[in-house]
Amino acid sequence: MEDKYLLTVKDLKMYFNVNSGLFSSKQLKAVDGVTFSIKKGETLGLVGESGCGKTTVGRSIMHLYKPTGGEIIFNDRLIKSNADIKYLRSKMQMVFQDPYSSLDPRMTVGDIIGEPLDVHHKGLSKSEKSDRIKELMDSVGLSSEHATRYVHEFSGGQRQRIGIARALAMDPDMIICDEPVSALDVSIQAQVINMFEDLQRDRELTYLFIAHDISVVKHISDRIAVMYLGRMVEIADANELYHDPRHPYSQSLLSAVPIADPKEERARQRIVLEGDVPSPLNMPSGCPFRTRCKYAQPDCAEAAPGLTEISPGHFVACHHHL
Amino acid sequence: MALLEVRNLKTQFPTAAGVVKAVDDVSFDLERGDVLGIVGESGSGKSVTAYSILQILTPPGIIAGGSIKFDGQELVGAKEDVLRQIRGNKISIIFQDPMTSLNPVYTIGNQLVEAIMLHTKRNKQEAIERAAELLELVGINDPKKRLKQYPFEHSGGMRQRVMIAMALACEPDLLIADEPTTALDVTIQSQILELMKSLQKQFNMAIILITHDLGVVAGMCDKINVMYAGRLIESGTADDIFYNPKHEYTKGLLTSIPNIANDDKVRLEPIAGTPVDLLVMPEGCAFSPRCKNAMKICLTEKPEVMDFGGGHCASCWMNVLEEYKKSQKEEE
Repeated sequence: MEDKYLLTVKDLKMYFNVNSGLFSSKQLKAVDGVTFSIKKGETLGLVGESGCGKTTVGRSIMHLYKPTGGEIIFNDRLIKSNADIKYLRSKMQMVFQDPYSSLDPRMTVGDIIGEPLDVHHKGLSKSEKSDRIKELMDSVGLSSEHATRYVHEFSGGQRQRIGIARALAMDPDMIICDEPVSALDVSIQAQVINMFEDLQRDRELTYLFIAHDISVVKHISDRIAVMYLGRMVEIADANELYHDPRHPYSQSLLSAVPIADPKEERARQRIVLEGDVPSPLNMPSGCPFRTRCKYAQPDCAEAAPGLTEISPGHFVACHHHL
Repeated sequence: MALLEVRNLKTQFPTAAGVVKAVDDVSFDLERGDVLGIVGESGSGKSVTAYSILQILTPPGIIAGGSIKFDGQELVGAKEDVLRQIRGNKISIIFQDPMTSLNPVYTIGNQLVEAIMLHTKRNKQEAIERAAELLELVGINDPKKRLKQYPFEHSGGMRQRVMIAMALACEPDLLIADEPTTALDVTIQSQILELMKSLQKQFNMAIILITHDLGVVAGMCDKINVMYAGRLIESGTADDIFYNPKHEYTKGLLTSIPNIANDDKVRLEPIAGTPVDLLVMPEGCAFSPRCKNAMKICLTEKPEVMDFGGGHCASCWMNVLEEYKKSQKEEE
């Protein structure tokens, strides 16, 4: 792996205006100052609980939402103008969680997979295009004879393969996977995970893998980033993060993950977090985690901690990290 | 006598396309105070098994055969008023989605009090006190205030706590939890599971925990039933299932989940193919079309249940073959 960053996200902010009354609106800070980079060929896992902003990070990188602030640098190109966005989208693709709602039910599978080619490679002849579609279907383990079928004729796992084939149509450098296996049954999940790994090896793909299932993320990722209430709280090598989490939130998150091993489970000491995640409309001052943190000190309420490197490649955002 | 005895249970859904055998010849026992996990993929019949016990099947579902004995009393074919005495009183259920199982237009207190007054001889004032007590029991702060609030004012974890409080209103002997934490985040999931564990000990209640998450059953259950395509294919203690699986499907399930404690990148070994269509069931073992070790007999004949002792049973022809090989060797 070369040490070149394919994607750099600097201080990304994504705020939404939400109506809170008839004439008033409030600002919801879904993502508030997130910074990270991904090397070429690497998989960065992004974990966190619902509402922490992990999906919004993925979507604002793709400019599906226009970010409120921050910089996105892809392949040394700062993404700003519409031309930049078009370039970004031709090199970066997305796979969505729900294979039922992310595919058009009125299009054949061939049309779905071929649509990106119509947008970005207008010059292709009909036969070139159908050859390409066949090749793509083969690469994700779908029979190319099924190109004329409709989405409802496929199972959940097969639909997710269609979504992946569509993402591969552009021959992208990077794929943002937003909960790509969470809607699938365990046995099918493993098939799709293995396919992601094979595709990465064969095509030198870079992944941003967003998921809430930490066992899956740890399996597939080189590094893992943990988010809480719109902020990045920790980022480190996958194994290091699992064995030596330094942020109190990552610690309790990891200790809450059920392990499919009865002996390990019996021997475990759980750190059970009190209470619920605060509403992002009513964020606590200072560190967003302080209301549930058992190590919270008075100064945690004053300023939000920034990410600091505590050992090579291990970043933590906590005033009193463990 | 076991608290619950299910024998040859058959639950079917006659549809226009044919009869779906959602639960096909399932038998198991549950002792008082035990926690039984039922695992399987979607469509394996784990929820339908639970709904059959309470007889709350969605039409056109019917129990086509078998027997369900609760505390010695036969539930299959029992009259509706008998069942009503048991539902909520002796057997309670909590569902996956706490939002849709609570009525959005009534307060939490209203719904709890209704359940309490229906099942116990308390007047309204006593019922309100009991409701507050129950909320406190499930770890909700400021229960008096919470009783006056509506479901939307509670988070997902809180709502599931309310559901548990409601289920516990009559101190049931058996609690059925149908994917109770699937809709919740992992830190909230561990709160709810810890709560269920402590309440189970406190009331010596039996629990049937239905889930697709092997991690959850590993930490919670004494016994585990593995279901596939409506059939019970393996049952045993948690250690039997995780460390000594005897059915090819169970083995496949265990190798297809990533183990978070393992640092080396071991490649997952998925089960090939897709789950069977319940309308076009294979003649022999339901798992045979996906099984990498399937033999001729697997395709044509249903495997018998083999007992490995200590309550560990599995129905897989591979075990019969191994037994045979062993006996051949001994003869030599």
